Amino acid sequence: MFENLSYLALQQYWWAIVSLLGALLVFMFFVQGGQTMIRCLGKTDNEIKMLVNSLGRKWDLTFTTLVTFGGAAFASFPLFYSTSFGGAYWVWMLILFAFIIQAVSYEYRTKKNNFLGAKTYETFLFLNGFLGTILIGTAVATFFTGSDFMVNNMNQSHWMSPWRGLELAFDFTRYATFINLSLGLGVFFLSRVLGILYFFNNINDATLLERAHKKLLTNAALFLVFFLFFLVNILLIDGFGYDPVTKEVSLVPYKYFNNLIEMPVNTIILLLGVIMVLLGIYRAGFHFKECGSKGIWITGLGTVLTVFALFLLVGLNNTCFYPSISDLQSSLTIENASSSKYTLVAMSYVSLLVPFVLAYIWYAWRSLNKKSITAKEMEDDTHAY
Amino acid sequence: MEQFDLALIDWSRAQFALTAMYHWIFVPLTLGLSFIVAIMMTIYVKTGDELWKKITKFWMTLFGINFAIGVATGIILEFEFGTNWSNYSWFVGDIFGAPLAIEGIMAFFLESTFIAILFFGWGRVKPGFHLLSAWLVAIGSNLSALWILVANAWMQNPVGMQFNPDTARNEMLNFWDVLFSPTAINKFLHTISSGYVLSAVFVVGVSAWFLIKKRNVIFAKRSMVIGAVFGLLSSFYLILTGDESAREVFRTQPMKFAAMEGLYDGETNAPLVVIGLMKQLPDPQNPNLERFAFKLEIPNLLSYMAALNPNAFVPGIRDLVHGNEEHGLMSYYEKIEKGKIAIQALSDYKTALEAKDQATADVNLKLFKANYAYFGYGYYDDPHSLIPHVPLTFYSFHLMVGLGMHFLILFIVILVLIFRKKIEKVRWVLYVALWTIPLAYIASQAGWIVAELGRQPWVVQDLMPTLSAVSNIDKGAVMTTFWIFAITFTVLLIAEIKIMVSQIVSQSKNEGGH
Repeated sequence: MFENLSYLALQQYWWAIVSLLGALLVFMFFVQGGQTMIRCLGKTDNEIKMLVNSLGRKWDLTFTTLVTFGGAAFASFPLFYSTSFGGAYWVWMLILFAFIIQAVSYEYRTKKNNFLGAKTYETFLFLNGFLGTILIGTAVATFFTGSDFMVNNMNQSHWMSPWRGLELAFDFTRYATFINLSLGLGVFFLSRVLGILYFFNNINDATLLERAHKKLLTNAALFLVFFLFFLVNILLIDGFGYDPVTKEVSLVPYKYFNNLIEMPVNTIILLLGVIMVLLGIYRAGFHFKECGSKGIWITGLGTVLTVFALFLLVGLNNTCFYPSISDLQSSLTIENASSSKYTLVAMSYVSLLVPFVLAYIWYAWRSLNKKSITAKEMEDDTHAY
Repeated sequence: MEQFDLALIDWSRAQFALTAMYHWIFVPLTLGLSFIVAIMMTIYVKTGDELWKKITKFWMTLFGINFAIGVATGIILEFEFGTNWSNYSWFVGDIFGAPLAIEGIMAFFLESTFIAILFFGWGRVKPGFHLLSAWLVAIGSNLSALWILVANAWMQNPVGMQFNPDTARNEMLNFWDVLFSPTAINKFLHTISSGYVLSAVFVVGVSAWFLIKKRNVIFAKRSMVIGAVFGLLSSFYLILTGDESAREVFRTQPMKFAAMEGLYDGETNAPLVVIGLMKQLPDPQNPNLERFAFKLEIPNLLSYMAALNPNAFVPGIRDLVHGNEEHGLMSYYEKIEKGKIAIQALSDYKTALEAKDQATADVNLKLFKANYAYFGYGYYDDPHSLIPHVPLTFYSFHLMVGLGMHFLILFIVILVLIFRKKIEKVRWVLYVALWTIPLAYIASQAGWIVAELGRQPWVVQDLMPTLSAVSNIDKGAVMTTFWIFAITFTVLLIAEIKIMVSQIVSQSKNEGGH
């Protein structure tokens, strides 16, 4: 089946898979967003416990999505993996550190004799939510704005900046830094919005939800400001395109805007996604009693569609998905960065498992969420975090 | 050699070793304890006996504490291939990346989805689904081990691929050759069975402590029976797969095999060193100096172990370095020459292509292909740099084997005493069982030292040494992250041990697990 596809079609298929994983990851960032709000929403120990336990039943899925995203990127676009991870060393190390400290925090927070104390583990959760979302958002923005590296004829990459990726977020002499950070902050506030919507769905406690409700619109407004700043800018800047025949890379005016025009289906997905994100927020914000618990699904699906479409925007239609600002011809495309055709075919068969995986995740999620989390349950559950 | 920053290579190796060894403290317990918990829960669901529920919940709590830190230490490993070994990531990404991706799709999601059901499913889901979740967590954990071990096995014995000079990387030719290579099968089976044995030792040891303290006696005895039976069966399997692994190493990594036995001069009817003490050496990589101060041997056994033939020739380190015409062994000197030819030919091929000189490109391509099998050797001038640290490999191997035998005997003794209803009376056995817990961890780490240190300097056997695999980054950055991880993981390990001990003490006093 997959053997009959062209090499380019397989590369596009795998870009779509990686994009889907990236999109699901941003949706699952409701865990990270929720973590940054534990202290501002929970005022009593039991309220904090409810918030932590609500998120604690999902954190592992976010973690797994990140790991699978990394694995899929390695397997399908190894030149991106080696260039970005080996180059932007400090950015990725900070991201990884933020996830290392998350993994133990749920399990250890309330355990007796936990060495660091509950507040330290709660701080770890906050740091994970704060750094993880902003840094990953900032890193993804560089797919549009470019990074500082070169690739030699043996396909070995060299990062040109001694700051090893930190310059992408802190070099304010470049306008692109503002664009990068705006997506980072946009993802951060979106994750907080998703976190609030998830609490609406998963916790049954009027006081806590009322408090969360008050935070929804502020975070949604901040998300919109940063996201729109990012979106408008990338549609106006010169993008990195390549000639499909000669493979020569060049700066193309309004490249990403042109991609919207030239890929109308993707544009519809993007618009639909944005509308759903806003609709979910609106309904949960202004019709909380009737629709509050459904907001996570509407905004969540909207997030998946929006992020998916943004990834396609930067990877398809002869666009460099990981452009180099030091040497245009070193820019990575889905054609020059991908695995061999044989490997893509082999992995494509494995990708057929994805719907099955999504189905059992949905089933397991539904089984656990039949009952919302309550204050009483926190007192009774022997395995509560 | 002078173009490589040796300090950067050493720090990068140190960081990978640190993170891998920390990760491996927690993984084996996850591999085995997940099955032990599933077995206990099955008995509970079948019998409805509340004590089995209590037993299941207790070991499940310890499993959860261990699992969390296993996840924390695991994420860094996957991304370290990119951050610290980026040249390697490209050179082998076409093959190595696939198992990692499949691991995520097939195993990690299974594990992470059903672990939430396992922990929080009590009273929320039906008992049958809850039990199924326990088994799926166990299967998911072990499946994740499968894929990463397939990837590791490929590095030890690269098969099913071909080097593409245009992309300058190895490309997969046959997925099934990679998945079902004998090295991969042996590595997977031997590694997971070692995890099962460690978990069984853990369960037996903790239960022994309960019995020493005379607390929760029935609880402890039931746990101990499950642990010891599981451990006994796993031990037999561990020995079988270990035996097969040794033959595989002999076939594909003769230098590692020689280092494991401290064998410098090859011989037919080679004896196996049971116990040996090496002399203190000024340079552990110099084969002219290495000698045993003392050793106890079994005649012919090494030859038999290597080739199932007591008369087989087992090459020593010196045979591999200097070659042995009688037995058809090419010297490392010659391999280095061929490797240099391959490296130069690849470079000339690229240059000729850029100059559009197809004839020269063809000549160089032919030369390159003829010598590619020795590509990695070309990065070295001195063949002695290709010898791993012999004493460390030797001691680690013998420690692992010796302790493996100890575990087997312990499980047999424990089971005999339990069935004779004497287990509480023979207290020294209980103390031995308790103190065997750290020994299981030492054996487990020693196994990986043999596997990884024994194959140095290779990242991919014969094709890519560590010095050409490393990312081109400042060594100061790697030093900094090394210490960050060392401190973080140590702090988390202390927290984990304190919590574990606290849970165990709490349960022994019958206070409940949490």
